[in-house]
Amino acid sequence: MTLPTALPMTRRSALAAALAAVAWRPAFALVDSPEAAQAEALHVLNRLAFGPTPGDLERVARMGTPAWIAEQLHPERLALPSFLADQLAALHTPNETQREMVQQYRDMQKAAKEAKQAETASPDGKKPQTEEGAQRRQQVAQITVEAGDERLLQALNSPRQLQEVLVDFWFNHFNVFQGKGLDRVLVENYEREAIRPNVLGRFRTMLGATAKHPAMLFYLDNWLSVAPGFQPRRGGGKQASGLNENYAREVMELHTLGVDGGYTQQDVTELARILTGWTMLPQQPKRRRRVDIDSAPVYARGRQQADSIFVFDPERHDDGSKTWLGHSVAPGGQMEGEFALDVLARHPATAKHIAFKLARRFVADDPSPALVDRLAQRFLDTDGDLRAVMQALVDAPEFRDPRPVKFKTPYQYVMSAVRASGIATTNVKPLMAVLAQLGQPLYGCQTPDGFHDTEADWLNPNAITQRVNFATALASGKLPLQRVDDPNDASGANGMKAMERQADRAMNASFAIQGTTPPVDATALLATLGPAISDKTRAAVGAAQPALRAALVLGSPDFMRR
Amino acid sequence: MQRRQLLQTAAVAGLAWTAVGRTAFAATSTQAGQQLPGNKRLIVVFLRGAVDGLSVVTPYSEGAYYQARSSIALARPGQDGGVLDLDGHFGLNPNLAPLMPLWQSGKLAFVQASGSPDPTRSHFDAQDYMESGTPGRKGTPDGWLNRLLGAEPAVPVQPGSGAHAGVTRGISVGATLPRIWAGPNPVANIANGARATKPTLLDRPQVSQAFDALYSGDDAMSKAYRESQQSRAEVNEAMTPAAMDREQMAANNGAPLPNGFPDDAARLAQLMRRDPNVQIAFLALGGWDTHVNQGGAKGQLANRLQPLGQGLAELATRLGPTFDDTTILVISEFGRTVRQNGTGGTDHGHGNVMWALGGGVAGGKVYGRWPGIDTSALNEGRDLAVTTDFRQVLAGVCAHNLGLPDNRLGAVFPGFDATPLNLSRA
Repeated sequence: MTLPTALPMTRRSALAAALAAVAWRPAFALVDSPEAAQAEALHVLNRLAFGPTPGDLERVARMGTPAWIAEQLHPERLALPSFLADQLAALHTPNETQREMVQQYRDMQKAAKEAKQAETASPDGKKPQTEEGAQRRQQVAQITVEAGDERLLQALNSPRQLQEVLVDFWFNHFNVFQGKGLDRVLVENYEREAIRPNVLGRFRTMLGATAKHPAMLFYLDNWLSVAPGFQPRRGGGKQASGLNENYAREVMELHTLGVDGGYTQQDVTELARILTGWTMLPQQPKRRRRVDIDSAPVYARGRQQADSIFVFDPERHDDGSKTWLGHSVAPGGQMEGEFALDVLARHPATAKHIAFKLARRFVADDPSPALVDRLAQRFLDTDGDLRAVMQALVDAPEFRDPRPVKFKTPYQYVMSAVRASGIATTNVKPLMAVLAQLGQPLYGCQTPDGFHDTEADWLNPNAITQRVNFATALASGKLPLQRVDDPNDASGANGMKAMERQADRAMNASFAIQGTTPPVDATALLATLGPAISDKTRAAVGAAQPALRAALVLGSPDFMRR
Repeated sequence: MQRRQLLQTAAVAGLAWTAVGRTAFAATSTQAGQQLPGNKRLIVVFLRGAVDGLSVVTPYSEGAYYQARSSIALARPGQDGGVLDLDGHFGLNPNLAPLMPLWQSGKLAFVQASGSPDPTRSHFDAQDYMESGTPGRKGTPDGWLNRLLGAEPAVPVQPGSGAHAGVTRGISVGATLPRIWAGPNPVANIANGARATKPTLLDRPQVSQAFDALYSGDDAMSKAYRESQQSRAEVNEAMTPAAMDREQMAANNGAPLPNGFPDDAARLAQLMRRDPNVQIAFLALGGWDTHVNQGGAKGQLANRLQPLGQGLAELATRLGPTFDDTTILVISEFGRTVRQNGTGGTDHGHGNVMWALGGGVAGGKVYGRWPGIDTSALNEGRDLAVTTDFRQVLAGVCAHNLGLPDNRLGAVFPGFDATPLNLSRA
């Protein structure tokens, strides 16, 4: 049987041929046939957005892809729909300052420590449950979960799709790990203040914002790196008495020059010396007697956010001369580090490294050297203007090759599936659980290199099975994406655990789960995805029992690629 | 047998690539008979992030060690939190106490001051080199475990023994397949944790039949889908409650395992014991990049080593008689600085220690030439020097413990021509 669809069932190859005919125009324009217009719309939605939602193909085809891309390059001109604005306004974490969140984390640690002492002291060895301790844990857990809410609700529903795609890209480029201590409470702030505002701005601004953000200072340990022999005036100096080269190495290897960017171990050590004193207050979260933040001297604030707890502490700074990457760096306090970031941000190796990563993300696993060179040149010509670099990328003929050669990462796969399903998601926690299962836990990459981005990294036997299971659970309405949370349960760590169990059960054949969201309609889904779904898949979908059809579309090989 | 064959036949009907693979398997098995060591197993545990080898196998008899590590050194044997003496010179981290019985029975060996000839201190390059098996060469497309799969003879089929030639010869634990497995030979991966063996929606016949039609092609995704379906069938059979070994259940004394590595290790042991097709397994553990507050007998690193030691002991015990034919290698991309840094941790270094466990390992010995840790002996003035190329250890295990013929060694470690290190009892 044949399924009724809103679109003519044109073969993908025919579409490619139709596109090839127009592919070398200066920009997507003047498309001759409706099929070609839809194919172009699909292509840009797959590469510059997390895939089409219902109606997107027609809308983008109608306005033309150049107009859509121009809109996407200026996200500030696109208003958020009121339901999304309301969802974001309901979050508590964006209203909290860095120091408030750090304070909450330390209070939780303190409560946990006291509870442990009470446990050891109590005759039956049981931990007395204090309401205060539970409340503190709850607060920290809520901050952790809200970071994911803020990210995924926007990835799914924001009309500023390119911005959300770039937030995923740049967070990953400047990765921090939510599982490490203080970063549990700081990741949301890091993404909102250091990443999102800068993804179409200047690279140097984002580099500086990440370098000074407490989430990065903590993650790569620079907050503790001090001049050799430094003795703190207050107690507790055991933690910091010399250099820590962790950030100095990774900022060159991963954030800027790239591993083959031509630096030596000596350059790593010298940069670590340059960056001593780049720290934050409070300085030692484990210390019992805390520095009173407000009365502590603020040495230098730079241009960071008003509530930033970054400080440059001259006492911790190594004031000697340095020789780094061939530059003689005279003693200059914080300005030494600013100079170093200037050098790194303008370095040709950095331009090439960033150009390669962008080309790999948006074009192909092995992008052509010519494309990479062109993007790198644009980066250098514009002093790292990322909007200009993105414009050059979408204008490149390589970008306009319509073949879906990129294998979706788990994040891209899950986001695109939920978007295509048209489910109005209010509860993203099951999706966080699914991302973890698929090997890409949100904010869960432990190492600073971030998640990798090629088919070889993500295509494996278990991945296909897991994706098919997710597609089946999603299409049959088994994932509770519209559940109204019980605020006493679902916002905390317990809620997250419960959600993981629920997501597990939704994909487990032993449990007959009552669907909580409406099942996805296969006909509407096929219309939404248009030319993304091949004739072969459409035939298999048509031959299957109705209850499985939407699952087959979302779990098809066609939908694994973009 | 019948059910399995039926299942596999159904799954692979008409698919050329699988048919060839299966025929090749069968042919190898037939020709090889029982003379080829197809019953040998290898498990590689990768500690990602560079474990501090000097805190694993500690040169406690050297004053230079205590000078270099004023706040994180491990005490001498017999002292509070002291190392467990191995040979009068080196001591084992006390958090690895569950491994001492293996040391005492001669089934645990270490190779000190081993590592890469490449000087990189990048985690990612160093891991890449250790997984490709070609240090200094980034272009190598495949990983050495995958090449070993291609070089290693398959399990011989012994009629009536319950053994069978299946497709699952390489198993990776975790949601993704790391670099070490890259290559043309099929590898199955199972999830971490209990969900590895839970039935999924795709295990329902009506669901799998519908999807089988979509993944019937010759493309990479279709192949991955079919590999997954076949290995799941095998894993499910090996891991059914009915197949659970009662003796092993009793050995566990009903105590639930802690989450994480010991749990995954126990599941892997069960699978390898029940399914003779699994010859090579891999799992990775993170969290070893201890730049800050590394700790000593207690603390951050100790908290990581505890479950590792427990899990490895668990793996050895639960493999049962299979442990006699199994070699477990524990590797990490490089060591850490000899001197502790300014923040109670250690930075990226060079030489490290490699671990080998197994019934066929000539253990109870710390191998490798020890270069010492006096300042003059250090690599670039800061790290333990490398005196044994990591490939000498890997190739040695392949040649001497797995019985890989010399003429195939070059295929697994191209460009490597040093003498493999013999850690074998035989």
